[in-house]
Amino acid sequence: MKPTNNSIEQAGYWTEEILPKTGLFDLRLKEVWRYKDLLVMFVKRDFVATYKQTILGPIWNFVQPILTTIMFLVIFGKIAGIDTEGVNKISFYLSSITIWNYFANCLTGTSNTFVANAGIFGKVYFPRLILPLSICLSNVIKLGVQFLLLLVIMIAVGIKEQHFYIGLSWLMVPFLVLIMAGLGLGCGIIISSLTTKYRDFAVLITFGVQLLMYATPVAFPLSYLMQKSKYAWLININPLSPILEAFRFAIFHSPQQHFNFNTLWYSVGFMVVALFLGILLFNKVERSFMDTV
Amino acid sequence: MNTVIKVENLSKQYRLGEVGTGSLTHDINAWWHRIRGKENPYLKIGEANDRTVKGNSDYVWALQNVGFEVNKGDVLGIIGRNGAGKSTLLKILSKTTVPTTGSIKIKGRIASLLEVGTGFHPDLSGRDNIYLNGAILGMTKREIINKFDEIVDFAGVERYIDTPVKRYSSGMYVRLAFAVAAHLEPEILIVDEVLAVGDAEFQKKCLGKMKDVSVNEGRTVLFVSHNMAAIKTLCNNALVIGNGEVKYVGEAVSAVSYYLKGGEESQNRKAFNNSYAYEAFTLNEISLNATGHSSETVLDEYQTIELNTIITINKEAERYHFSYVLNDDDGNAIFTFSHVNSGVRLKNGRNHLKCLFPKGFLNIGTYYLAFYLIEDGRTTVFVEKDIISFDIQAGERPLGSWMGKEPGFIKPVFEWNNL
Repeated sequence: MKPTNNSIEQAGYWTEEILPKTGLFDLRLKEVWRYKDLLVMFVKRDFVATYKQTILGPIWNFVQPILTTIMFLVIFGKIAGIDTEGVNKISFYLSSITIWNYFANCLTGTSNTFVANAGIFGKVYFPRLILPLSICLSNVIKLGVQFLLLLVIMIAVGIKEQHFYIGLSWLMVPFLVLIMAGLGLGCGIIISSLTTKYRDFAVLITFGVQLLMYATPVAFPLSYLMQKSKYAWLININPLSPILEAFRFAIFHSPQQHFNFNTLWYSVGFMVVALFLGILLFNKVERSFMDTV
Repeated sequence: MNTVIKVENLSKQYRLGEVGTGSLTHDINAWWHRIRGKENPYLKIGEANDRTVKGNSDYVWALQNVGFEVNKGDVLGIIGRNGAGKSTLLKILSKTTVPTTGSIKIKGRIASLLEVGTGFHPDLSGRDNIYLNGAILGMTKREIINKFDEIVDFAGVERYIDTPVKRYSSGMYVRLAFAVAAHLEPEILIVDEVLAVGDAEFQKKCLGKMKDVSVNEGRTVLFVSHNMAAIKTLCNNALVIGNGEVKYVGEAVSAVSYYLKGGEESQNRKAFNNSYAYEAFTLNEISLNATGHSSETVLDEYQTIELNTIITINKEAERYHFSYVLNDDDGNAIFTFSHVNSGVRLKNGRNHLKCLFPKGFLNIGTYYLAFYLIEDGRTTVFVEKDIISFDIQAGERPLGSWMGKEPGFIKPVFEWNNL
């Protein structure tokens, strides 16, 4: 059985080596690219699986934003009477909810990657990063559908108020979505890596996201808080705040809105760090998580 | 001869018990040792993985210092009883987990089939599932498109291709799943027990396909199975794993006989000492063996099997006889047999009765014998159910024939004539 393998044991003979440990920065991102077809298939699977045997299909995505908008309208609009910087209240709330939902869905979706897919992961190898990536992509479809609703509402409001803004700043939207995706993915995979062995964080995440929403200017503009509260710093250190502000500024451009673009750099920086840390951690955990999950 | 897989000193340690505060303490301790540059203290302990024995340590070695090489075009069978470490080895080879120590070097693309239909989604159509499953197994979209018609044809589900797979019969589902896997084109294919599913015709197709892949296309196959007939037929070499260690490497036929002989503890002989000592009689020993072999050898379907009963009758031997009931796994009686029906009698003192089951009489499977001692031809004075159990293994069968178990418990050889 033993061949005379002096000649073949040269460097480059083996195409792959399975070792107990790999370098911290051996991220195998090239491999992720090789599996791009799988990424597309996962997105398709999620889409089909979510709307299987429904008649309305993706239209169901309208329900949650509409109901939440009504709730915000009553509580923040009517009862608390918080000003929305000259933007129509319905448009304001709906737009915030649309972009917030994208982040929340990415975060909660990716945060249980390992636990939810242990079945597949235990049987076959593919770059595990594909799954959280596919969740972020699937949610883009959802975001698109909800954005469509937002557009319809904005046009309706625009006709009623004889004012509709459209301009170059709309081009910012894709970038803002990208930052959101990066933040959701980065934080999500950090959590999913931490929850493979000790599930404590999984308990936290469900209500953690809800709490986070109130620490983010979703139902109120940032300017409102800056005037009124000594806790404004809390909102200021939240990397999501600039994104929500920027998003509303980009699509409404109301004269009362004041947005400082430099704050967006903070979000981008935070995203890069979270994503980098997340991928490092994820990469370390994915190799052996089957033993502890 | 080129080596395509080289496994060196491969070990895998698992921690038993639950994950909780106890394991957190261990984790912190291991981490503390690591940052001080010391060795992980838990790697030094641990025991061979024998699930039947209660151990002292929470750590076990599922694999310990495993090393072997596989050449290009080899079909290597991997044999071992449950819990021997086969699956752990496959998991490490297919990269679903990492070794604790050691390394594996691989040349070429590797695809593993630890389960058919991994990632199949019940709501997707057959077509979509082919793409999804193919992509999971590492095929690119282009490869799948090229092979699509072949896959559908192989599975024989053309009519259902746009129906969600949840509407498929289980047979169709498995056929489709295997069809995708069978059309993978890796240099190295790892297959685990997929033959346990599917109908006879399909099994034949799968085995044929596997043989094809290695012989005609020069690809390497690692095949894990409990089916000795399939191992003997398909593999040229085999590896016997026991308690996490490589026990034997060599030609498939000799590996199988090694495994069947010494690898496992034989239960085919039971000496009772004084467990069944009574006033009237003492039951000394019951054993089974194949003619010409000791009771250590595992029994296979093509052998004549001898059942030996050693019993001492203290007085009035003419009043006693015994009979056996052969039961299946579930405790259903298959038939009753006794020496009196053949005209053999017990005598006072020690009796050694030998009963012969003709070749091929018992089908493969696990059987249990119940022992009855009867007085005066009507009163049962002693009963012991499941007094001994034994396995009948598959023998070597011609390629292309059915490798599984045929229905029924016995397959007697009758006299046939073509008139």
